[in-house]
Amino acid sequence: METFIQQLLNGLVLGSMYALVALGYTMVYGVLNLINFAHGDVLMIGAMVGLTILQILEAYFPGLPGYVQLAVAILGAIPVTMLVAILIERVAYRRLRNAPRLAPLITAIGVSILLQTFAMMIWGRSPIPFPQLLSSEPIMIGGAMISPTQVLLLVLAAVAMGLLVLLVERTRMGRAMRAVAENPRVAGLMGVDSNRVIVATFAIGAALAAVAGVMWGANYASITFTMGVLPGLKAFCAAVLGGIGNIYGAMIGGLVLGIIEALGAGYIGDLTGGFLGSHYQDIFAFVVLILVLTLRPSGIMGERVADRA
Amino acid sequence: MALLTFDTQHKPRQAYISMAAVLILMLIFPFVAAQFGNSWVRIIDIALLYIMLALGLNIVVGFAGLLDLGYIAFFAVGAYLVGLFSSPQFAALLESLIYYSPAVGEALVVFFGPEIAQNGIHLSLWAIVPLAALFAGLCGALLGAPTLKLRGDYLAIVTLGFGEIIRIFMNNLNDPINFTNGPQGINMIDPIRVFGVSLAGEQGSNATVFIGGYAMPSVNAYYFLFLALVIATIFITSRLQHSRLGRAWVAIREDEIAAKAMGINTRNVKLLAFAMGASFGGVAGAMFGAFQGFVSPESFSLTESIAVLAMVVLGGIGHIPGVVLGGVLLAALPEVLRHVVDPAQQALFGKVIIEAEVLRQLLYGLALVLIMLVRPAGLWPSPNKEERPNAALAREEEEASTA
Amino acid sequence: MNQQVLLNIAGVNKRFGGLQALTDVGIKIMQGQIYGLIGPNGAGKTTFFNVITGLYQPDSGTFELAGKPYSPSAPHDVAKAGIARTFQNIRLFGEMSALENVMVGRHVRTRQGVLGAILRHKAARQEEAAIRQRAQELLDFVGIGQFAHRTARFLSYGDQRRLEIARALATDPQLLALDEPAAGMNATEKLALRELLVKIKNEGRTVLLIEHDVKLMMGLCDRITVLEYGKQIAEGLPGEIQKNQAVIDAYLGGAH
Repeated sequence: METFIQQLLNGLVLGSMYALVALGYTMVYGVLNLINFAHGDVLMIGAMVGLTILQILEAYFPGLPGYVQLAVAILGAIPVTMLVAILIERVAYRRLRNAPRLAPLITAIGVSILLQTFAMMIWGRSPIPFPQLLSSEPIMIGGAMISPTQVLLLVLAAVAMGLLVLLVERTRMGRAMRAVAENPRVAGLMGVDSNRVIVATFAIGAALAAVAGVMWGANYASITFTMGVLPGLKAFCAAVLGGIGNIYGAMIGGLVLGIIEALGAGYIGDLTGGFLGSHYQDIFAFVVLILVLTLRPSGIMGERVADRA
Repeated sequence: MALLTFDTQHKPRQAYISMAAVLILMLIFPFVAAQFGNSWVRIIDIALLYIMLALGLNIVVGFAGLLDLGYIAFFAVGAYLVGLFSSPQFAALLESLIYYSPAVGEALVVFFGPEIAQNGIHLSLWAIVPLAALFAGLCGALLGAPTLKLRGDYLAIVTLGFGEIIRIFMNNLNDPINFTNGPQGINMIDPIRVFGVSLAGEQGSNATVFIGGYAMPSVNAYYFLFLALVIATIFITSRLQHSRLGRAWVAIREDEIAAKAMGINTRNVKLLAFAMGASFGGVAGAMFGAFQGFVSPESFSLTESIAVLAMVVLGGIGHIPGVVLGGVLLAALPEVLRHVVDPAQQALFGKVIIEAEVLRQLLYGLALVLIMLVRPAGLWPSPNKEERPNAALAREEEEASTA
Repeated sequence: MNQQVLLNIAGVNKRFGGLQALTDVGIKIMQGQIYGLIGPNGAGKTTFFNVITGLYQPDSGTFELAGKPYSPSAPHDVAKAGIARTFQNIRLFGEMSALENVMVGRHVRTRQGVLGAILRHKAARQEEAAIRQRAQELLDFVGIGQFAHRTARFLSYGDQRRLEIARALATDPQLLALDEPAAGMNATEKLALRELLVKIKNEGRTVLLIEHDVKLMMGLCDRITVLEYGKQIAEGLPGEIQKNQAVIDAYLGGAH
């Protein structure tokens, strides 16, 4: 039972990060019908920039409390990732808005490679250790351990998602986003500037990814220029699982996928008689994707994709 | 490019002259390049294998319009097949089997005999190539099957997922039964033997191969073998393109519903595309394993799948000469640049600012982005508009919006 | 005069969520007839087409072609059984030449596969030549033989419609089902289409036709079924249909 709770907690932590990234994928897919392949790498940029900020803080303002350092890192990483995302949309995707849909996907793959290359040039090829900022004393919950960093992660994720829901449901921009997601042309006729909305969508997704990126680094204590690829893909699987284009779907899908992965990794040895071990953890996301697309393509909460007719 | 044409249907004389010219160039190349050192030929050897991969992927992406992002899995299948059946690995497998399940293990040892239990299986080239083609083809059909009803971008991600799943399996199938030897990979893979002559050269001859009275470096020998395979691949894919099956592929790419209405069994035809594409990947993989002498999961990552896709996209999706060009550019160019750029940077700046690896990545990324923005049909698209997939992609888009 | 029943469909029902698109629709077409299907927009004509050609799955219905039951579950099986169709919105293979479009139509009646493609042995070459020849014949038959090598999407609208018909004919169908072939045509083009359809009928083929141009239908069809809101409101000779009160109401919006 202890293992179960432990894995459940691990799953929630992992799932929260997936949820944050999945939101970026789902929002962009909702308005553009595009899989932003480069989104995972935005997470990586967030982590890298955050780390650089921490290094600067350490050099010039040593002795700041851990929470403050993390806050500064996150708040500093957000504008950078937003800028990167906005640039990507402007340069790589905008011209291909009316192109056949595989074209922007191929471009997105190219952008992903370029982001990794620039990161490789700036920050080097080897993994970089992320400093331990919060106490390493684990908190016990029902026989399972969770670190303060992980708790902070959960809190931040919840806050970020809460803010997003507020934005989408209660603000003018949020209404505009929903309108464009539903039917861009009609939204345009109603006076909504779809370009502005699309840029905002990319920016918000990037901000969430920045939070996820910095906390990923804090949680795993090491980052590298390829760290965004696999989590990005898995987050996309989570978005599909929850229902592509659906914000609540992305949140639920992310959490569910995280839990599936954690429980799966924990129990797969037992389930397969020792044949498969926890190294196979990465497979779960793809298996889930294939199952969802085969059995229930609209996902847990149903798709919400633009009517582009 | 205007002088060079391979369009045998519309410009036969020019086409055959072009082909002859290119062939002659390719045949004398190794002897010329050898003057500058063996490494150039080695680069082209690997490039030839990548060209074969690109041509195989071209069947799936170019002809049938199915965006496969996990194609390298078939390269891996071929390579590991050679790893298992042309090296001591099978002995290791039996050993691990004995440890895991003594009854089964011992029985198999008796079945295969002490020779194999000691040294592993060592099949010859003539057995390995068809085996790799068949097995990879089968895998292609199996991996393609769940994707048949998916729309374009989902198909891409699912195939990507399959590619990753295969890589993870290759990386971990060493415990409890040792199929792949895990992250360490399999080494001591036999070199290719053609009519009793080992292409790695005889022992102690410094990798020189003796054929008839001739002596040539091992890399040259492999060069001619791979060149022959690439020519065969071009021949086969070209024949496929201009056939009933090729037309069916293009029909599905252009308008799947109309294709069905005209009696094309789209499920089977798509599976054939996957299978045929995969089989070339498998053969290329087998050659790769034998050439290198070892295989490890690192060579079969998502990056490699994307690299092959980049070759197809850059060169000219669906157009065989274009795909070959794309393969040459993206496989050979980074290496060529490294030989040129590194020393240049040393001379100019005193150190290397942009390493070869970084350059390679930059090239691939830029290729994909710029081509789609500036010249989506590729650097060398088909002169016959019929062979270009752009309308197909537009149709898919329309599909999705009215679905 | 061949008066055998070619197509016998009965009791087709199709519901899309809350909308009953077709209620108990059926038609019986005799060999060699030109059979018309008319009705106001949204009556369910194309839906019916899509059901009998396998694009939609019906909720119920019996389907018989030339006395043998056929299952409208997969479009390619329907084509193989002998029903070929064109589309309301023209679905050509845009980047292929006109000739190649029609050659694709021959796919269902030919056999060469991977080995034939690679080896090009005698049988394969002969089949390929036969396909090419038949395709050219059909292009000539519908009147666009001179455009054989033009890319399909660059043909004029009227020529594209003809090409679609040629492609459907290439499948050697027992029944040719045309979905609004005259849509968007001017009077001259319609006349040419009429001639083509008569030519097709004179070859002994059976045609099922959806159209809006009532005048064209009256002069062309042997029998007509009228649909309205998914139900059959009339069936019979053109002359009868013209005088049928329910039909007149449907088109002119009588009291409902």
